[in-house]
Amino acid sequence: MGLFTEAFLTSLVVGAVAAGIPLLLAGLGEQLSEKAGVLNIGLEGMMLVGAYCGFLASFLTGSPALGFLAGAGGGAVVAAIMAILCVRLGLNQIVIGIALTLGAEGMTSLLHYVQFSKTYPRLDAVETTAIPLLSQLPVLGDAFFNRPPVVYFALIMVGVMIYLYRSTHLGAALQAAGDKPAALDAAGVDVIATRSFAVLGAGLFAGLGGAFMAIVGAGIFVPFMTHGNGFIGIVLAMLARGKPLWVLFGALLFGASLSMTTALQVAGVDIPTDIIQMLPFAMVMLVLVLAGRKASLPLALGSSYVRGAR
Amino acid sequence: MSVEDISVADATDRARVDRLRAAIHMILITVGPVIAALALGGLILIALNVNPLEYYAYTLRRGLFSPTGLQATLTRMGPLLLIAASLIVAFRAGIWNLGGDGQFLLGAVIVAASAPLMTAFMPVWLVLALCMVMGAALGALWSVVPALLRAYHGVNEIITTLMMSFLGVSLANVLVKLAFLDPSTTTPQTRTLPVDDRLPRLFGTTTSSGLIIGLVTIIIVHLMMTRTAFGLKLRVVGANAKAAVHAGLHVPLLTVAVFAISAALTGLAGAVDILGTQGNVRADWNPAYSLMVVPLVFLARFNGFGTIAFVFLFSVLSIGGESAARKLGVPNYFSLVVVAILLIVFGLTEYLEQRRQTIARK
Amino acid sequence: MASSSAPRVAAAGPVVSLRNVTKRFPGVVANDRVTIDIMPGEVHVLLGENGAGKSTLVGMLSGLQKPDEGEIVIDGMPVDISSPRQALDLGIGTVFQHSMLVPSLSLVDNFALGGAWWRRPDREGLARRIGEQATSIGIRIDPFALAGDLSLGEQQQVEIVRALMRGTRCLILDEATAMLTPRDAEQLGELMRRLVKRGIAIVFITHKLNEALAYGDRISVLRLGRNAGALGPEALAAADNHDAMAEVVRMMFGSAASEHTRGERRPLPAASELRTVLEATNLSVDDKSVPLSAISFAVGAGEIFGIAGIDGNGQKQLAEVLAGQRPIAGGQIALNGADIGRMTVGERRNRGLRYVTDDRLGEGTVAAFPVSTNLLLKQIGDVRFWTRGLERPAAIADHARKHVSEYDVRTPGIETPVGKLSGGNIQKVVLARELSGSAEAVIFSKPTYGLDVQNIRTSRRRIQEAADFGRAVLLISTDLEEILELADRIAVISQGKLVGTIANDSEARQKVGEMMSGIAQ
Repeated sequence: MGLFTEAFLTSLVVGAVAAGIPLLLAGLGEQLSEKAGVLNIGLEGMMLVGAYCGFLASFLTGSPALGFLAGAGGGAVVAAIMAILCVRLGLNQIVIGIALTLGAEGMTSLLHYVQFSKTYPRLDAVETTAIPLLSQLPVLGDAFFNRPPVVYFALIMVGVMIYLYRSTHLGAALQAAGDKPAALDAAGVDVIATRSFAVLGAGLFAGLGGAFMAIVGAGIFVPFMTHGNGFIGIVLAMLARGKPLWVLFGALLFGASLSMTTALQVAGVDIPTDIIQMLPFAMVMLVLVLAGRKASLPLALGSSYVRGAR
Repeated sequence: MSVEDISVADATDRARVDRLRAAIHMILITVGPVIAALALGGLILIALNVNPLEYYAYTLRRGLFSPTGLQATLTRMGPLLLIAASLIVAFRAGIWNLGGDGQFLLGAVIVAASAPLMTAFMPVWLVLALCMVMGAALGALWSVVPALLRAYHGVNEIITTLMMSFLGVSLANVLVKLAFLDPSTTTPQTRTLPVDDRLPRLFGTTTSSGLIIGLVTIIIVHLMMTRTAFGLKLRVVGANAKAAVHAGLHVPLLTVAVFAISAALTGLAGAVDILGTQGNVRADWNPAYSLMVVPLVFLARFNGFGTIAFVFLFSVLSIGGESAARKLGVPNYFSLVVVAILLIVFGLTEYLEQRRQTIARK
Repeated sequence: MASSSAPRVAAAGPVVSLRNVTKRFPGVVANDRVTIDIMPGEVHVLLGENGAGKSTLVGMLSGLQKPDEGEIVIDGMPVDISSPRQALDLGIGTVFQHSMLVPSLSLVDNFALGGAWWRRPDREGLARRIGEQATSIGIRIDPFALAGDLSLGEQQQVEIVRALMRGTRCLILDEATAMLTPRDAEQLGELMRRLVKRGIAIVFITHKLNEALAYGDRISVLRLGRNAGALGPEALAAADNHDAMAEVVRMMFGSAASEHTRGERRPLPAASELRTVLEATNLSVDDKSVPLSAISFAVGAGEIFGIAGIDGNGQKQLAEVLAGQRPIAGGQIALNGADIGRMTVGERRNRGLRYVTDDRLGEGTVAAFPVSTNLLLKQIGDVRFWTRGLERPAAIADHARKHVSEYDVRTPGIETPVGKLSGGNIQKVVLARELSGSAEAVIFSKPTYGLDVQNIRTSRRRIQEAADFGRAVLLISTDLEEILELADRIAVISQGKLVGTIANDSEARQKVGEMMSGIAQ
């Protein structure tokens, strides 16, 4: 039983994509928010609410698609609270972020208990859609091209974000909002609206990521099930230096480390799960030690914009 | 009385009224958020078909007005106060130490693993003392990397401490399941410290003396931050880093010191929880206290004595909530929600305060 | 002196006129019946000290404020400029000293900000137009360069191009050279000449008289909110440099024989008799904008040594390296004979070195902390106020009360957060802290910047007293008048070097002016 058999690699890559999609969505969302200058610590909470709403909708209607929509919507609602409190009123982003995460953890667990008591109803497995030809590729075929449509959506969003940032006025406005909001204001663009858009976008992404975890990943909702994925998403955004492609690579990398257990079991190697679970975080710390100085963050990150304040 | 006497009396009266008004105002902005949070929480309870008055009454009865409940509440306060002390040191110095959960668990695990073995050849008091030192030391150790990264490279510590926290929680699990497993039982946990070997109870109650440790520590921390030169230096660094340099303070060294102290206190909290209440660490155990203490410390505006009051309140809610979970079907997640609402209401209060002051100045 | 060799565009009349413009703020009249005509094809310098009312005028011209009385006339018609957008539409463009470019975006993207959000910016077209505009005024910019990669001088050029592209006919440069290195300032001056040849009117706001003479075709002097005189192009062309300088100085400050008399000062001890307290030898400091090199000077006990110069020529770097906040690259610093170059800030302070920073709230004090704490900010842990680390509230309060009364700090109490005090009283707190105790040498950096007349007077008296008590005083100031009033000897700092040291005699004003404008050595 070798380590580089096709079975192992397939299992690894499939698992990497499965675990990586939520990270990718969370990371893209946080990247959008941070680009505009809003540090979104509440991302974990948005993911969790997305997971719950997604699960509930999917459970009640039997449609995963509706579940994804509900999940994104749930995340956006939490993001709206952040937008009002932090962007519009100017409350401390970190304090509110912690509050939203705690509140989301409490509310979703509470609601789930009230609805389902101690049972954990399962969702049916989500159908995959195979892309013809490409899904026949060894290893990569199953992992990337034979998955539920939402996976394709997430991958396409990487391209969409790249285009948005590079080739639209909105992308430049987002950049300006995070780097030097006064200049954006002077150019006649509403800074508050731009930042609010970014925060809501982050909520949509994170909510969708959470819904993915519940509907596709686990098939059930368990309290606190996001288990730090939101925070890893924040790290991805901080390390990716504004480039969506790097978020994708990082997400796949971390996804791989998270899925390593199953893959190793397939290969017959027996390393305890808990050690594997340490991998992503250990990797992050290593990268931060080596390149932390250069983790670039927009200058205006974390500070609220007040016109006229010099 | 002459005219001058009357006007002097007037002035004294006015000063007294002003002070009274200021005191009432202070109480309002401190207690107001609590009442608002409980009220809003009540609305959520209504949405869940639970009578909020019944819930709060039951919580108070079980958490405060019953002898066993009160003792459990006071015991719970021990580790929470230590965590609060840790946060006060960090936040006053301008450091976001959000890695408490990892520091807590590692301190707990090392103590849970060592204590039962040490009692074999050391008197109990020595075991307890050494274990508390070990817990603190491990907690401090766990903050070295984020501390150095922040002090000498300016790397944002929110992320580094959070990552170390997850890492620490996983590592703690690994240690429990692989290194420190109790061979005598099938449940994955560390060896259990016999009740006799734990922190002594207070005066024949079931309250752990961890409470005393917690109270003493937070008062010492409060006094240190507000009355000592060292505490003042930390506060200067937290309030205005440029002024700290200008004043000749050694900022990187002080930063590392803050991390070390703060993390040590959280590690100690883990130790105290094991030595006082838990006795062992079960696999996948993580009470995740750290983030929940954050709002309490903010509400008390980093004042040690105020924090004691808020931690007490939270403990009541927590212990009472655990009972209410069984009786009324409202799981303890509810306290998370109340705490979150509290934090948001606190933020809004601060905002309104600032608005009021800016308007007053005009 | 403005080079008036190039033919100027025939002026039909003023582009912009201010007629009897008055603007009041609570407690002060910022502009009082100011009348100025801005002619096309001229660089019109608005010259005046801080507080003369220049910024308020700019605010009204650029649409940020409206005059209380009087009117603004554009092309012969009175207008009401009610917003920055409207000012732009009327052809008035303003370039402030702080750049309004987003550092992480390219120039093209900066210019494109504000377009419809989904559309793709027309980068090629914009780049072409930028290039054309830039070439037409003789500067070179790379439209695809990142704004943050450009120097401040280049960023200003870009802002000028942006203003031109918007059809600006009257370009206001508000203290544009305040943050520029002297070389960049020269380039800006040359650019202004080229712009003016195209018929554009330029209003150049400054408080630096050498620039006024170097770049201006017409100079209007403002003093305390009023017109204080003007020199037209003929007058400037006719007079020679020295006379023009003297005339302008007279307008800005009043005659030399007025309030600021040096006669009040005690007699100078002979330079040779002074005991050297603070000495710098061949000092050099690394810095990305203004490195210092070959700085050498000596200040004796009881002497006030003034360092004059245009802001941004190394003053801050010098103060910080002497105080210990910056490392030395080469050379030595000695205090009372001992080499302090490797000592920390605290150690230098203990040996008697004091530093009154120009950044009162940013680094001099902690705004949220009480007055009493701020008075001891640099002595935290001192045994007189902390026994074994524990504070002694009575001793600290006594110390605070003593200083508050001695330095006349107007504060509701010693526990009041220092941020709530007025600027002048914050300065008094800083002075009280630095001048008390066993100070041997005191460094003052722009000590009266931003203060009102009363507090300026008080502060200057304190500086004098410090010297009278036998301390060595290093006075670094961009306020020429201050230096001339207080200093015994004066050096000028320019581009990180000391350019000449002179005694403060009757010719000092002239010589310093020449050194500052780079005419004399």
